[in-house]
Amino acid sequence: MPYFLTAIIFMPLLGAALIALIPAAQVRSIRLTAVAFNTAVLAAVVVLGLNFNRHTGLMQCLEDRVWIPQAGIHYTLGVDGISLALVFLTALIGLLAALASGGIVKRVKEYFLVYQVLMTGLLGTFLALDLVLFYIFWEAVLIPMFFLIGIWGGPRREYAAWKFFFYTLAGSVVMLVGILAVYFSVTPHSFNMIEIARSSSMIPGGVQAVLFLMFFFAFAIKVPVFPFHTWLPDAHVEAPTPVSVILAGVLLKMGTYGLMRICVPFFPAGAVLFAFPLAILGAVNLIYGAFAAFAQSDFKKMIAYSSVSHMGFVLLGVAALNVTGFNGALLEMFNHGVITGAMFLLVGVIYDRAHTREMSAFGGLASVMPRYAFFLTFMSLASLGLPGLSGFIGEFLALAGTFFRFPSIAAVSAIGLIALVALFLVIIKKVLWGKPAGHASYPDMNAVEISVMLPLVALTLCVGFYPQMILQFQTYAVNALVGLL
Amino acid sequence: MVNIAHFIPVFPFVAFWLNIIFGCRLGVACAYVSVGASAISAVLAVLVFMGLQAGGGSYVLTPWLSVNGHPISLGIIVDSLTVMMLLVVTIVGTLIQIYSIGYMGGDPRFTRYFAYISLFMSSMLGLVLVDNLFLLYIFWEGVGLCSCLLVAFWYEKPAAAAAGIKAFITTRVGDTGLLLGILLLMSVGHSLRFADMSVISAPEPLMVLAALLIFMGAVGKSAQFPLHVWLPDAMEGPTAVSALIHAATMVAAGVYLVARCYPLFTAHPLALQTVAVIGAISAVMAASIACFANDIKKVLAYSTISQLGLMMLGLGAGGYTGGTFHLMTHAFFKALLFLGAGSVIHAVHTQDIRAMGGLFNKMKVTSVTFIIGALALAGVAPLSGFWSKDEILTAVWQHGNLGLFIAAVTTSFLTAFYMTRLILLAFFGESRGAHKAHESPAVMTMPLVILAFFALFLGFAGSPWAHHAFQRFIAPEEGEVALDLGMAVASTVIACAGILTAFLLRGKFLGYKEGTCALIENKYYFDEIYDALFVKPFHRLAAAVARFDQVRVDGVVNGVSRCVQELAQASRSLQTGLVENYLLAQAGGVFVLIVVVTLVGKLCHIF
Repeated sequence: MPYFLTAIIFMPLLGAALIALIPAAQVRSIRLTAVAFNTAVLAAVVVLGLNFNRHTGLMQCLEDRVWIPQAGIHYTLGVDGISLALVFLTALIGLLAALASGGIVKRVKEYFLVYQVLMTGLLGTFLALDLVLFYIFWEAVLIPMFFLIGIWGGPRREYAAWKFFFYTLAGSVVMLVGILAVYFSVTPHSFNMIEIARSSSMIPGGVQAVLFLMFFFAFAIKVPVFPFHTWLPDAHVEAPTPVSVILAGVLLKMGTYGLMRICVPFFPAGAVLFAFPLAILGAVNLIYGAFAAFAQSDFKKMIAYSSVSHMGFVLLGVAALNVTGFNGALLEMFNHGVITGAMFLLVGVIYDRAHTREMSAFGGLASVMPRYAFFLTFMSLASLGLPGLSGFIGEFLALAGTFFRFPSIAAVSAIGLIALVALFLVIIKKVLWGKPAGHASYPDMNAVEISVMLPLVALTLCVGFYPQMILQFQTYAVNALVGLL
Repeated sequence: MVNIAHFIPVFPFVAFWLNIIFGCRLGVACAYVSVGASAISAVLAVLVFMGLQAGGGSYVLTPWLSVNGHPISLGIIVDSLTVMMLLVVTIVGTLIQIYSIGYMGGDPRFTRYFAYISLFMSSMLGLVLVDNLFLLYIFWEGVGLCSCLLVAFWYEKPAAAAAGIKAFITTRVGDTGLLLGILLLMSVGHSLRFADMSVISAPEPLMVLAALLIFMGAVGKSAQFPLHVWLPDAMEGPTAVSALIHAATMVAAGVYLVARCYPLFTAHPLALQTVAVIGAISAVMAASIACFANDIKKVLAYSTISQLGLMMLGLGAGGYTGGTFHLMTHAFFKALLFLGAGSVIHAVHTQDIRAMGGLFNKMKVTSVTFIIGALALAGVAPLSGFWSKDEILTAVWQHGNLGLFIAAVTTSFLTAFYMTRLILLAFFGESRGAHKAHESPAVMTMPLVILAFFALFLGFAGSPWAHHAFQRFIAPEEGEVALDLGMAVASTVIACAGILTAFLLRGKFLGYKEGTCALIENKYYFDEIYDALFVKPFHRLAAAVARFDQVRVDGVVNGVSRCVQELAQASRSLQTGLVENYLLAQAGGVFVLIVVVTLVGKLCHIF
């Protein structure tokens, strides 16, 4: 299938072009077009997955065209076991968030235009194999996200949008310097990510360490790693529900994906050198995020901080630098996208009714909204890592990987496990349990809201029961990655 | 017949989803779905039991996950221990569900109740069927979840909601130990299969640590000291739930876990000794609290902690058969006692035994069956509890540690005492409440009668008259067993002494002034200590972290942005517009550049 990946990446942009042609007043057609194109992307990604060769760690569906020969920049795309699940996640969350955009009533046309550009940027980031192209897509995500928060956000949207923008930009600039440095450190000079990974041994250890840190800085802001995480709660609280879903579900994974696609394979010596500090950061993220979340009074902020906590598992898995850890990190990325995406949808559901996110304003909703209670309980349990649901497997593998390398850090991280349980049980208790007071009239979740939740519930269950569903795609790629170390 | 075992948990699991999805439409019929599924599981369990004569074994359904190159398969183990647990869980579970039809009748969340119970049944059955620790952990958390949801079943009540969360978090503390134990075992022992437990070779200290971490899971789940605090609170749940989960099955899972990993413990005396000591402490401590408790369910809850402690003590003293035998008999008579208590509460609408009295004549079936259960618990010959407790006492005696033996004897004495006290207060004497007590409907009394039958006769399976059938079944390799007649007599004397003491003191129970034994009445202040030591600091730390995050971490971020702005403001003044100034700056800049380039060149050279 030639140009299949190109088709996947630019299909949302095509949708944007079409939306641009529709008069702004025809809100319904605009929504339908956006949903249709995102459905098409998802379908294409499913086809990609069905044709994916699970028995190789090599790049597949490679596309390589010289783009700017004077600078050695190519247009290179490819997919392997590390990116496939994330591409699927992007397409799925992209569609569901588009479906959940019913609450957006202001400047709908512009919203979906920007939204479609964002989707192209996200898909491109996960599929690009040329560093410059990767950088372009990386930045292409930043700008639409800036507008989505800054225009359609809450009361402090401008502060949050600028904070997000500058923070990420600061990281990107460092990364850009890093990209140029990498280009000149390998011979022949190349931006090709496969080539660089193959010739990583050429880069001297000290340079590897410096470059690792430069890229890590950019990715750490995106993940976000403590102490670079404070843009996240602000961005989440201000962003509208579907944007929060994309932010948590997909955007954060750009950072961890970068760690696994660039930091580890390009600078294996740097990765080994910094594995221990990275593991400590992972444990800090895990515990700090859970504690910070526990003390919030804003429902959305709680989930935002819990994301910080969950990304700690991914960092731990990456820091483990072994097959188990990488598998755990990748699986946790996917699961977190599904579960926390769903959690933000659920926060949105209750915000639409209560017009507040203060935890103290809720209580007793289980009696008023039984379906909502089911979904919130289910997803909270998945978030706290209940075995049998998907979150557990990723967390377990990441923790196991860490344990094999740094047993003491894994043991300390166990505090985070208990804190997460406390956090999500308290959420259940404060929102759902108790006597309903003053909000007896909230309608339960409607058909659209439920239909958006159902695929996420199904994935959480299926991956929890049969983790090979995702793991089988990444086995060879992960082995290949460990082989580089 | 053995290889149908994995179907046993499937039926309740299907029932769970049926009830969750179609519950509203099914209405009362959802109870039949759950009971039916459970009954089918019971029949299958019996079939597996009969098939076991042809030899047990384990089989693998499908490879499931690979960790560090070690496959974790969805494997099933079918041996005498599993089959015993299967029978206990399915039979007791089915009876309790039948009872629940009456007990939960009219509850607005009737269907939800049966859905949770079915989920519990399937998790519990999965827990006893799987052949490795990792899968056990999955079901282990599953039963913990059901326990939490069912304790907080009446979540409108703040106490129930808090108790549910306390149950989950406290057991999770233990479970985290179990998880670390699993990881340790995986990294040093390279296998999590129970079948390999006896052949794992690794450095002694690490194996002891692994065993202790696994035991930590058992301590949490079986509500042993020091993680026992959740069980009494868990009595906020419906009484049938207390019977099923917090008396007969789930809390026994800790004992099951120790029994299942027994080779791991016996190979390391330190680990085994820890089990015995923790069990002994729990047994005596809880029994003493039960003597002063006035809530009928709390008495039974502390009694459960105490009896589970006795099982742990038995296992720790090397009495594998005694521990498992008591697990089985206890499941039946404690379920009976809880269901009886439920029947009483159903009738008198109070849980305070001081407000009961004189129920014997009003509730004949409940009273008689309850007394049978109490006698079995007290260990009066020849009821079931006598035989199993006797096994444990014998094992502890042979173990040789006098302290442990005294603990076991004290527990037996206190058990007989508090149960007699409970019966005297609740069923005899003057009626002290304004209630009109009446017997419960047949759907509730029928399970009581059946359980009473088990409480009466189950012990014979381990008696000389049945040629110690249970012992030969559960541990065929241990060879000849003989009843220690001296111990049997001693044990009976102890039980009778307890009963007699209660009779002698009966006049003082009602007039007892609170505060005389403040330490015990306040449950040794565990809740208060934990609150001050863990709960409050946790909240304070969380608040501190959140404040730190907002003020310090985010403060730095905003500070950086302010610095940039101020720097920009300040640098405006550099743009003087005077060419001389610019030329001077240019010359300075060139100089700095030269220095930097030279230095960097040197540095690169060094690298």
